[in-house]
Amino acid sequence: MLYQSDIIKRELMKLSNVFSKRNRVLLRELVITDFKLRYQGSVLGYAWSLLKPLFLFAIMYVVFGILVKLGSVEHYPVYLLLGIVLWTFFAEATNQGLASIVSRGSVIRKISFPKYIIVLSTTISALVNLTLNLLIVAVFMLISGVTLNVSILMLPFYIIEIYILALGLAFSLSALNVKYRDTSHIWEIIMQAAFYATPIIYPLSVVMDKSEIAAKFLMMNPIAQAIQDARYSLITHDTVTVTSLFRNDWYILIPIGIVIVVFIFGSLYFKKNSKYFAENI
Amino acid sequence: MSSKEPIVVVKDLYKSFKLPHEQHSGIKQRIINIFKGVKGYETQRVLNDISFEIKKGEFFGIVGRNGCGKSTLLKILAGIYVPDKGIVQINGSLTPFIELGVGFNPELTGRENVFLNGALLGFSRSEMEAMYDAIVEFAELKKFMDQKLKNYSSGMQVRLAFSIAIRANTPILLIDEVLAVGDSEFQSKCYVEFRKMKEEGRTIIFVTHDMSAVERFCDRVLVLQSGKIKGIYSPGKAAAIYQRMNVSKQPDDKKDTLSNSRRWGTDDVRVDKVTICDGADCVGSTDNIVDQGEDLFIRIKLKNKSNPKKVVVGLAFKDIYGVNMSGPNSKGIPLDSSTDIEFKIPKLSFVPGMYVLTVAIFDMNTEVEYDHIEEAARFSVVNDGIEQYGKIALFGKWRQF
Repeated sequence: MLYQSDIIKRELMKLSNVFSKRNRVLLRELVITDFKLRYQGSVLGYAWSLLKPLFLFAIMYVVFGILVKLGSVEHYPVYLLLGIVLWTFFAEATNQGLASIVSRGSVIRKISFPKYIIVLSTTISALVNLTLNLLIVAVFMLISGVTLNVSILMLPFYIIEIYILALGLAFSLSALNVKYRDTSHIWEIIMQAAFYATPIIYPLSVVMDKSEIAAKFLMMNPIAQAIQDARYSLITHDTVTVTSLFRNDWYILIPIGIVIVVFIFGSLYFKKNSKYFAENI
Repeated sequence: MSSKEPIVVVKDLYKSFKLPHEQHSGIKQRIINIFKGVKGYETQRVLNDISFEIKKGEFFGIVGRNGCGKSTLLKILAGIYVPDKGIVQINGSLTPFIELGVGFNPELTGRENVFLNGALLGFSRSEMEAMYDAIVEFAELKKFMDQKLKNYSSGMQVRLAFSIAIRANTPILLIDEVLAVGDSEFQSKCYVEFRKMKEEGRTIIFVTHDMSAVERFCDRVLVLQSGKIKGIYSPGKAAAIYQRMNVSKQPDDKKDTLSNSRRWGTDDVRVDKVTICDGADCVGSTDNIVDQGEDLFIRIKLKNKSNPKKVVVGLAFKDIYGVNMSGPNSKGIPLDSSTDIEFKIPKLSFVPGMYVLTVAIFDMNTEVEYDHIEEAARFSVVNDGIEQYGKIALFGKWRQF
C-alpha cells in the first residue's frame, strides 16, 4: 500500500530527476547533435538559420509593406521582422518537436532513456536559433532608429510564454504522431491557417476596423497576444495588445491560461504515452 | 554464487502486443474501424507468467526459437518496453546491446556517436572521455573515428557498438545476438572479454542461438518456449532441449514420430512403439535427454502379424550430420503375438549432441525387411563436464605418476 504522501514524495523525486545530472548531460549532447546535423553538408551552414527568416521577411515586406499596404504602423519593417522571427520560432519548435520522437525511433527501440529529453532538446535548439535571429532584429532596430524603452524587460517573459506553449504542443503532437502519422499533415494545415489568423503581416488595426469582436477573438490566441506584447515592449507602444484592446489588464490571463492548460495537458499526455513509444514507433 | 543476492528479479511478468490487422497508423482507418465495430488489432501474448532471478556475477543465458519472446524479455529488462503486469527489479545500472547498431546516427562521426551513445546510456562527458580510448582500441577503429558512420561497414558499426557495451562500466550487461556478426578474430576477442567480465563479477544476460557459446559461458540458461518458461537449466541440458525444439515441433508425441518418419517393409512384423529412457529402472524421464555415462535403454514393442517364429532386430544410431555411430543387430528373438524387447547400452559414450535412431526388423537371414523406420526416435546426449571433441567419450582417467 502506498500512502498519499508517499505518492506525492515519489512524484516530487521524479520531478527533481527531470533535471538530474544524467538528464542534463543527455540534453546538452542532443542539442549539440541537433546543431551539428541541422546544416550538415550545406555550404552556408548556420547562416541559413539567419537567412531563412530574412528572406521570408524580404518577401513579406515587398508584398505587404510596399505592394499591398495594410494599415500603417511605426517602424513597420522591424515590426514585421519581429513578428516573423517569433512565428518562425514557434513553427520550428512545434514542427520539429512533432517529428522528434518518430525520427529518433531507432534509438528509442534500443536504449531506455527519458523520452521527453528528445522533445526538450529540439525545442531548445529552436530557442537557440531564436536568440540568433533576435540579434538580427536588434540590428534592424538600430537601423530604423527605434528608441528603447523600459518595457523591453518584459520581452523574455513573452518569449518564455511562446516557448512553453510550443513545448506543450510539441509534447502532445510528438506523442500523437507516434500513433497517427496524419498528425504532421494536419499540423501543417493548422499552422498555415494560424499564420494568417495571427497579426503578423497585417497590423491588428486592420481587423479592428472591420470588427472589434473578431479582433478580440484573434487576440485570445496566445501567439497573437505574445507577438503583439513583444512588439509593444520592444518596438512601438502603438501596438494593439490584449490589455489595450479590452481596456482591462485581467484579460491577459485568458491566453496565459490557455498556455498553461496546453502545457499541462501536453506533458501528461506525453508521459502517459511515452512508455509505449518503443513498441509503437 | 548462490549465497549472493539477486541482481535481477522478475516476477509474474506478462506482456502482450497489439498487432494491427491492416495499415493502422492513420486516423482514417481508425474511424472506419470504429464504424465497422472492429478493433483493428489483435492482442498477442508474447510473455506469459515469467518469473526468475539472476544472481550477481552470473552469466545468464536466454534461449528459444525465433518469436518465443527472448528479445521482448530482454527489452523489458532494459526498460525499453513496459510489462503489462508483473515486477521487474534491477539492482544496478545496465548497458543494453540490442539488435544491431545501437541507434547510431549515420551523419555523425564515430567519435561523436560514441559520446552521444554514452550520454544516452547515462554517462557524463568526463566518464566517456575516460572510457573513450579503451572503446576505440577494442573496436580497432582508431583510424576511422573521425569519419562519418555512414561510411563504416556494417561489421565496423557493430564492433564499435559492442565495444561501447563492453567498455561501458555498468554492473549488468544485456547482449542480444551479437556473435553472428563480426569476423572470427573479433568474435574470439569478444569471447576472451566475456571470460574477463565473468571474472570481474559483472552480470551478463545473454540472448543467443549459438549453443556452443551458451555452453562455454553461461552458468544457467532460461529456455523460453512460445512466451513461457520451459525451465532454467544447466547449459548442456539447455542446449539439448533447444536443439530438440528446433528439430521437432512436437517432441513429446512419439507416436507421431513413428508415423511421420520414412518407413517401409513387408509388414509381417510391425514396430508398435519405441521408447528411450535412461537411469537404472527406466522410469521417469521420457524427454529423451540422456546424460552421458548413464545407461540407455531402448524399448521396442513388436506386433506379430503373420507369424514368423524369430526375427533379428537391427538398430542404427546416427548423429545429426548422418554419420553412422553404431549399428548393433540382435540374434534371433523368438516372437509372440506381441513382444517387448529391450536394448541396454551400459554407460552411453556418445559425445553430447543429438542422435537419430533407426529401427529395422529382419528375418533370420537379414534378407527380408519386415519393418524399417528411418527415424524411430531421437535423443540428445548431454554432459556438463569437460569439453569433448570427436564422436565418443573414452571415460579415461588422468593421473600423475
